[in-house]
Amino acid sequence: MALTGVEIFKLLPKTNCKKCGHPTCLAFAMKLAQRQATLDSCPDVSEEAKKVLGEASAPPVRPMTFGAGDKAVKMGEETVLFRHDKKFVNPCAFAVEIKDTLSEADIAAIAEEVVKSEIDRVGQKLRIDAIALTNASGDAGKLEAAAKTVAAKAAGVPVIINTQNTQAAEAAVKVFSDKRPLIYGATAANFEAMANIAKANKAILGVGASGLDELSTLTDKIKGLGVEDMVIDSGARKAKEIIENNTLIRRAAIKKNFKPLGFPIINFIQREDSLHEALLGVIAITKYASIVVLSSIEKWKNLALFTLRQNIYTDPQVPMQVEQKVYPIGEPKPESPLFITTNFSLTYFIVSGEIENSKVASRLAVMDCEGLSVLTAWAAGKFTASKIAQFITESGVEKDIATKELIIPGYVAILSGSIEDKLPGWKITVGPREANAIPAFLRSRG
Amino acid sequence: MAFTPAKETYSGKVYSVAIGTGEGTGTVGGENVLPFHSFEGAAPNRPVIAFEIQDVPPADWPESVKKPFEAVSDDPVKWARFCQDELKAKAIALRLVGTHPDRENRSAEDAAKTVKDVLAAVNVPLIILGSNHAEKDAPVLVAASEAAKDKNCVIGKAQEANYKTIAAAAMANNHKIIAMSELDINLSKQLNILITQMGFEKERLITDPMCSALGYGLEYTYSVMERIRLAALTQNDATMQPPMLGDIGMYVWKVKETQAPEADLPHWGSLEERGIAWEAVTATALLVAGAELLIMRHPKAVEEVQKTIEELI
Ligand code: B12
Ligand code: SF4
Repeated sequence: MALTGVEIFKLLPKTNCKKCGHPTCLAFAMKLAQRQATLDSCPDVSEEAKKVLGEASAPPVRPMTFGAGDKAVKMGEETVLFRHDKKFVNPCAFAVEIKDTLSEADIAAIAEEVVKSEIDRVGQKLRIDAIALTNASGDAGKLEAAAKTVAAKAAGVPVIINTQNTQAAEAAVKVFSDKRPLIYGATAANFEAMANIAKANKAILGVGASGLDELSTLTDKIKGLGVEDMVIDSGARKAKEIIENNTLIRRAAIKKNFKPLGFPIINFIQREDSLHEALLGVIAITKYASIVVLSSIEKWKNLALFTLRQNIYTDPQVPMQVEQKVYPIGEPKPESPLFITTNFSLTYFIVSGEIENSKVASRLAVMDCEGLSVLTAWAAGKFTASKIAQFITESGVEKDIATKELIIPGYVAILSGSIEDKLPGWKITVGPREANAIPAFLRSRG
Repeated sequence: MAFTPAKETYSGKVYSVAIGTGEGTGTVGGENVLPFHSFEGAAPNRPVIAFEIQDVPPADWPESVKKPFEAVSDDPVKWARFCQDELKAKAIALRLVGTHPDRENRSAEDAAKTVKDVLAAVNVPLIILGSNHAEKDAPVLVAASEAAKDKNCVIGKAQEANYKTIAAAAMANNHKIIAMSELDINLSKQLNILITQMGFEKERLITDPMCSALGYGLEYTYSVMERIRLAALTQNDATMQPPMLGDIGMYVWKVKETQAPEADLPHWGSLEERGIAWEAVTATALLVAGAELLIMRHPKAVEEVQKTIEELI
């Protein structure tokens, strides 16, 4: 329901008073339509117009926060269909399903696995973000008991209460009061009661339907009941339907500003075959899911999915970078080796990781090459002999070291002579090409 | 509120490229929609996965992907038969890596003989790849093209530095070629133009915008592929309409995640499954971005990607 400039214009005061900073109300309306201005710039707009326009100018995918505290997850706010157009904003959350039919010990074990799932990759902390607690027993008491175990063992982890039984939802949601859980949820059969529970407990409401038409009708009705924060499930379970429905939802939200589907998407991709589940995860991650529900969280699978999510959600215009400086690894002494590399995050983390592996205290000089890898930076003329010489001189590292020796990446061996020319008194040593050969290289130096 | 899906109509179409001859013929491309968007157009052909084999034993492959081929990988003919008969390969990619001057430095004649032997042993389509040494690939791929005359193979990779020789040989011997550039939509377009200006039909090209592994630049390949597909379909740009190749295995099986033992990195989990997942996840992501032809190594990864393709159709 994106409004056109002319439609917006009709709702403005039409006085051309210029207080908004635009020459005419029409000019301002055009900017609003393109999302290049916000309504609050016009002081004279009527309440009624605010309501209509506020709705139309809100972000196409509603922003919301799932969970509370430092493990809360931001969702929504997406503005594009393709990542090359603009960075995807809020990385999807991974949730593992825990059924309330499991024993207390098993529930506790999975909850602990979630807490311990965090790993560091390229400087970011990545983890299983949430738990989807499923009322497989159909029993409200069991769900509540499981909820208590989860709350105790995985404190602070955002929770999806997965039940269509209003009694069970009500019992479990109380365990997470003030923690902004998600109740999944509402269907055509129970949405009134579920909406009330979500409202009363300040929970996000997950809405499930079969197909996009039914889903749109349902979110519209629920909104009418005063629930704003929803997460939507079109009923897609097969790969083909996930691509189709997620694409149509995102398109409707972004291109048509169609409010009933302007919510974060939840995809349930649980499969018996864990690797197959991972591949459905690929589809959900690349194609617009905000929450992906998994059945298991093996470490190998987590690593692959975390890495893909990180890749898809990086800024396509600005590579991930680290700060230019000389990083100490371990506790370097004056005679410790000095390495140089570029400031592309991936390069830095691989190289510093391998130096750490070697257990030889070292210095790693990281040069600003606008976040390019060694060979890319070299090919782009940013990792050249004169720039390296200048950086090393200006870094002042010279005064901390006993011998003026600089180890350069093997791929730029060709630079060694010219760096020596530009850094008089320095010895340039060509290191191995691949970072994983650094430990052996250091060992061979004795 | 009633919902009317916003379906797109695309003005362009990906060329449909047939590879191989006789019973084993396969076809890639042919769709007039974004990948797996069959809800708004036609995608007549499934993506094809080729098993990678080499002219020399895979000494440089990590253990977990060497193992499944242990009994056959000392001989390209046995290896090819195994892929076709046991693994039900839809295509085979023979990489003549042994011709690389820093490796075994095998001659063009040796390479041609290997190609002949492999062709005689299998009937699925054959992709013939050089060692990615631009200079050496020229004579090697010329000899390979001749050895495979009229077998409708895919010859690769033609790069800016050597495309003339390779395209001419492929043309004379009735093959398709892979045009590879380095992760840049404009370079890819330019190479396709240069090759077609030689008289090579654009319908016989396969584009390789250069692969990268999960965690090691995958996002670049992903976005270049997406942009190429959008240009082909929404702008009807004929120079961007050849099917795309994802040369997955060789990029994936050299990264640390496919090699480091669990003992060293306990938080990374099982090495065996991690390696397979790395290859399968990379492949699936590139299918979603637009690749129609994949070259892969691990049988389990191929099986799982195949299963996912079936679910996507
Ligand atoms: C992704 C990529 C890009 C991305 C940039 C990504 C980035 N942030 O850097 C984009 C698409 C932007 C790009 C652009 C270009 N690229 Co580029 N790109 C690549 C690609 C595919 C991967 C690079 C990468 O991320 N590597 C991973 C990192 C971790 O590697 P690394 O930094 O080299 O680090 C490793 C080693 O060097 C070593 N190491 C690192 N530091 C140190 C330090 C010491 C002391 C030691 C011992 C070891 C060591 O350890 C690491 C792991 O082993 C490579 C091809 C490839 N597969 O390698 C081409 C490549 C680097 N690019 C190349 C080129 C030519 C270019 C362009 C000039 C051409 C173009 N397409 O326009 C442009 C230049 C960019 C510009 N701004 O002008 C060429 C370079 C040719 C050459 N031999 O010099 C390559 C090699 C492609 C090729 N020919 O095969 N590129
Ligand atoms: S401030 Fe409001 S009334 Fe004044 S010109 Fe701008 S839009 Fe029109």
